[in-house]
Amino acid sequence: MNTIKLDFSKLLLHLLLIAVSAIMIAPFLWMVFSGLKDLSQIFQVPPSLFPHPWYWENIHRSLTAMPFDKAYINSAYISVSIVVGQLLTCSMAAFAFAKINFPFRNLLFILFLSMLMVPEQVTIVPLYIILKNFGWLDTHLSLIIPDSLFSAFGVFLLRQFFMGIPRDLSESAYVDGANMWTIYWRIMIPLVKPALAALSIIAFLGTWNNFFRPVIFLSTTDKYTVPLMLSTFKGLYVTDWTLMMSGSTIAVLPVLLVYLLLQRYIIEGIAMTGIKG
Amino acid sequence: MNPKRSNTIWGFVFIAPQLIGLLAFSLIPLIAAFVLSTLNWDGFGAAEFIGIDNFTYAFKNPDFQKAMTNTLYFALLTVPMGIFLALLTAVALNNVRMRVVYRLFFFMPVVTSSVAVAIVWMWLLNGDFGIINVLLKQIFGVQGPQWLTDLKLVLPSLAIVSIWKGIGFNMVLFLAGLQGISRDYYEASMIDGATKRQQFWRITLPLLSPTTLFVTIIAVIDSFKVFDTAFVMTSGGPAKASYTMVYHIYELAFKNFQFGKSSAAAVLLFVIILFFTLLQTHYSRKWVHYAD
Repeated sequence: MNTIKLDFSKLLLHLLLIAVSAIMIAPFLWMVFSGLKDLSQIFQVPPSLFPHPWYWENIHRSLTAMPFDKAYINSAYISVSIVVGQLLTCSMAAFAFAKINFPFRNLLFILFLSMLMVPEQVTIVPLYIILKNFGWLDTHLSLIIPDSLFSAFGVFLLRQFFMGIPRDLSESAYVDGANMWTIYWRIMIPLVKPALAALSIIAFLGTWNNFFRPVIFLSTTDKYTVPLMLSTFKGLYVTDWTLMMSGSTIAVLPVLLVYLLLQRYIIEGIAMTGIKG
Repeated sequence: MNPKRSNTIWGFVFIAPQLIGLLAFSLIPLIAAFVLSTLNWDGFGAAEFIGIDNFTYAFKNPDFQKAMTNTLYFALLTVPMGIFLALLTAVALNNVRMRVVYRLFFFMPVVTSSVAVAIVWMWLLNGDFGIINVLLKQIFGVQGPQWLTDLKLVLPSLAIVSIWKGIGFNMVLFLAGLQGISRDYYEASMIDGATKRQQFWRITLPLLSPTTLFVTIIAVIDSFKVFDTAFVMTSGGPAKASYTMVYHIYELAFKNFQFGKSSAAAVLLFVIILFFTLLQTHYSRKWVHYAD
């Protein structure tokens, strides 16, 4: 008796979880399939999920309606630059905070930590003015440089990992005559690869999806990132829902594919660090 | 060169790039935000020192009041519900087979661009043609509301989108917390004859409380920063019914070029976020249990 009751509650639980999963993925399915319909199908009652027939040309239409290809290239190289920049500068600072004794070390580290409390929305106006004075507004530098050179979160995350590496390792290398850079580059970096991978994923998703900074810093369409291009697309084609759905699909698909391939590392990396992508 | 001096030099060499970044793009802007909040400045001409006028202006400004009440209301709508649902799904998933598959679906909205999410939900929630209202009519025969153009419904609608997008993130944090609870507690309590319900209230929930605190703090901060969905889905409307604090900061600075007034609003947002964060950590002593 007991086993039957147990199975029944398990079954109920699975049904519930399937229902919730459906709510989580239904908007994506609706987006993808609506993007392949024509307008009459989209307003059809009763609605059907699948297009009949399929309007594959919608993809081509939205790709040509806006320079999405340019936006892709922009987003890709901006995000990759920031990831590379953060990996280098954050790991250097984290190594110093964890393994080198220098004056004001703890004070400076506390300063880094306290910056985690400051939302970017609070400093956006002065940042805008600074970037304007540098002549970087409406260039990709306005997005790449600040994020490459500063991430309190990245420094904090990597420092945690450097702290876990035994002292003996660097000290014996030091006795053998290795300098700090060699210790950092040859010994430490290979040991914190999992943390570097986690930081890469988080930094990549965060910058790829960022909307707030591009919408403020960029003004020329040629320089737009994917989310910014998509929001402009929405402004222009607000009544053509098929085009908006195929445009959204185009914008989302690459990240979703990467996510499906790397989901374990992405979820666990983000869970481990507790930061939003 | 003695090793101490060499360490000092290496230390500063290694932190130099991040230290420059910290100063130029975070600390100086933060201080500048406070300075700007005391100025009357449009970004072009001369700046004039006006003391706390921007702040007194903010409190009298109906736009600021609207943005503040909307933001607080939005936080109230999203935080408790979002956390409750995330905890519920995490507990449901904790001992279930195929956990990884469910987790994959739940987390999908988290990695998706907020702009794309906003556009898709604009369509789903469209009062006339949106699939949600079409289904309501088809299945229940009810005429669904104008989700995004009704003054009273627009913020709850945005809250639904926000909860949907964030649930997987909070759930994954809760799952990590649940996995960290030692099985010994459950085994020991089982020997003592505890029921499942008692185990949940007496073991799971208290031992999960550090995670809950962390999730709550992040959720509150996040809800105060709502911008993307309101910008894309409703442009703050109708009649400023979804106009939020960050939207207000954005509009003052980059539409009206009132850098001083915008910075005053930003400083107030910062103070409020700080206040709520400290409040939560302060009261956490009463309900957060750390396993030792």
